[in-house]
Amino acid sequence: MFFSTQVYRSQEVVLKKRLFVKGNEAIAMGALEAGCRFYFGYPITPQNDIPEYMAREMPKIGGTFIQAESEVAAINMVLGAGAAGGRVMTSSSGPGISLKAEGMSFMAGSEVPAVIVNIQRPGPGLGGIDVSQGDYFQAVKGAGHGGYHLIVLAPHSVQELYDLTMLAFDLADCYRIPALILGDAMLGQMKEALLPHAYQRPADLAAKDWAVTGKRGRTKGNTIKSLYLGDGELEAHNWHLHAKYDLLKAREIRCETAGLEDAELILTAFGGAARIVKTAVAMARKQGLRVGLIRPITLFPFPAGVYREATGRTPKVLCVELNNGQMVEDVRLSSDPRADVRFYGRPGGTGSLPNPEEIFEQICKHYKD
Amino acid sequence: MADKIQTVFQRPSSLKEVPTHYCAGCHHGTVHRLVAEAIDLLDVQQRTIGIGSVGCSVLLYEYFDIDVVEAPHGRAPAVGTGVKRVHPDSVVFTYQGDGDLAAIGTAEIIHAANRGELITVIFLNNTTYGMTGGQMAPTTLPGQVTTTSPYGRSLSVEGHPIRMAELLAMLGGTGFSARVAVDTPRHVMEAGRTILKAFEMQVKKQGFAFVEVLGACPTNWGMTPIAANARVGGEMMDFFPLGVYKDITAGG
Repeated sequence: MFFSTQVYRSQEVVLKKRLFVKGNEAIAMGALEAGCRFYFGYPITPQNDIPEYMAREMPKIGGTFIQAESEVAAINMVLGAGAAGGRVMTSSSGPGISLKAEGMSFMAGSEVPAVIVNIQRPGPGLGGIDVSQGDYFQAVKGAGHGGYHLIVLAPHSVQELYDLTMLAFDLADCYRIPALILGDAMLGQMKEALLPHAYQRPADLAAKDWAVTGKRGRTKGNTIKSLYLGDGELEAHNWHLHAKYDLLKAREIRCETAGLEDAELILTAFGGAARIVKTAVAMARKQGLRVGLIRPITLFPFPAGVYREATGRTPKVLCVELNNGQMVEDVRLSSDPRADVRFYGRPGGTGSLPNPEEIFEQICKHYKD
Repeated sequence: MADKIQTVFQRPSSLKEVPTHYCAGCHHGTVHRLVAEAIDLLDVQQRTIGIGSVGCSVLLYEYFDIDVVEAPHGRAPAVGTGVKRVHPDSVVFTYQGDGDLAAIGTAEIIHAANRGELITVIFLNNTTYGMTGGQMAPTTLPGQVTTTSPYGRSLSVEGHPIRMAELLAMLGGTGFSARVAVDTPRHVMEAGRTILKAFEMQVKKQGFAFVEVLGACPTNWGMTPIAANARVGGEMMDFFPLGVYKDITAGG
């Protein structure tokens, strides 16, 4: 197979029965398998299968499902449950994520772990309900105020929706940071084979001794807060958060690459766009075109080093996105200064999804000049 | 005679031994004490979690010797919901002001009450935004001058003050809703009993409990503490009558 298998799964995987599953449901299944017992959400297309699955399954396993009065309330319930030490999740789509941005900033500031899912739809505004990657900036640059990062994972298959949701819970807990799954309407709404596997809790995952539980014999009360008014306190806190982001960059980058050794042109894409690009790259290879691929799986931390190294050998890059050009900015920042980074993309909307032939044409065009 | 000396008044163990940052004549300190006394009387300090809000009481965790989560502006009932669902055996209370609870947090308080969340909500109504410098609140009285209603609150322009205790009493999920004041010793005693009742309802898993406390903000009202105190018992109480508006545990 031209494309390598994923690089983030633990080695000893206990496989279960193969299933034919919708992407949104795979997220919910992965969450429950990873021990998520608290879900708070609000209906929005195209992610409604997630709250519906949770509403059906949570009561059976003693979990909590609340359909909140708003996206704002939902993310703040997540903040509370996360602060209390629970494994908690919410899901939404772009317009809802905008409303959650306040809570996400507070959670980043007060270091509350949780998993947040964005099944993207096209915007701006009400936009539409089709496939889009218009929320890359929103996800990666911090949707809310104050300057912060979330861990951002970009699955590109139903299997990855399942696997990366599990990973997201572990990363969130390990680093005390919210983790965001950035999917899209294509991934959420399509059905594909899924090989579920049993969750294995990382042995080195620490107990949440920082969580609010009531003092219960502790001498000092635990406080979850993001307000720092004393001289120099907030600066120290922000450097602390910054060091965490640096640690993530050093330890948690995940990326799929293929054909970089002999590539004349590197294609790069994430999530749903990467599916289309992979097909187009395979078509190009079949025609004898030496085309490589970089598919970031973590959008934050961004695999900057992979781009720097690869573009040192192969300066020509074509970034393909289902928007008007967002990730391409990070690709340019990460690439060798002499690299020639080009872009092809289409903003989402009904009838605006490029097919592999369209991308293959672009490959041929950019390969030559 | 020394053996006859008894302690009849002391700091509740749920309060830390620190001075507060509150202004002279502000009632937050009194209400903090009443909340702490209720926690002590029910012997639940070890399992109580407070949810702070945005306003003058944001530094709740500096004064209460308990676990605390700081909520975004208005969101304390939603944050409290999340905490309580993870630790159903804990005692969760929110402590909110009128800008926080009755304006930006209207949706969260109404729906937490309507879900019948087993939490206790303490609401300090002082008819203004205290921390930001005395702007108009949803509870600002008709004609009241604030920094953002400099010609006096006009009902035709700025609308009517909201009576939250009455409003929440109308919801099916609300177990208890009352309004008290802390302007006189008698009212403080009554407020203490009411706050205790609101915590007791949670401990006994009887329902969502809400206590609105009328308090003074002398600094932003431009009054002396004595004049501000008198205003609480005067025009404030005229518009916001004291009383129990709902109690599902009351016999009858």
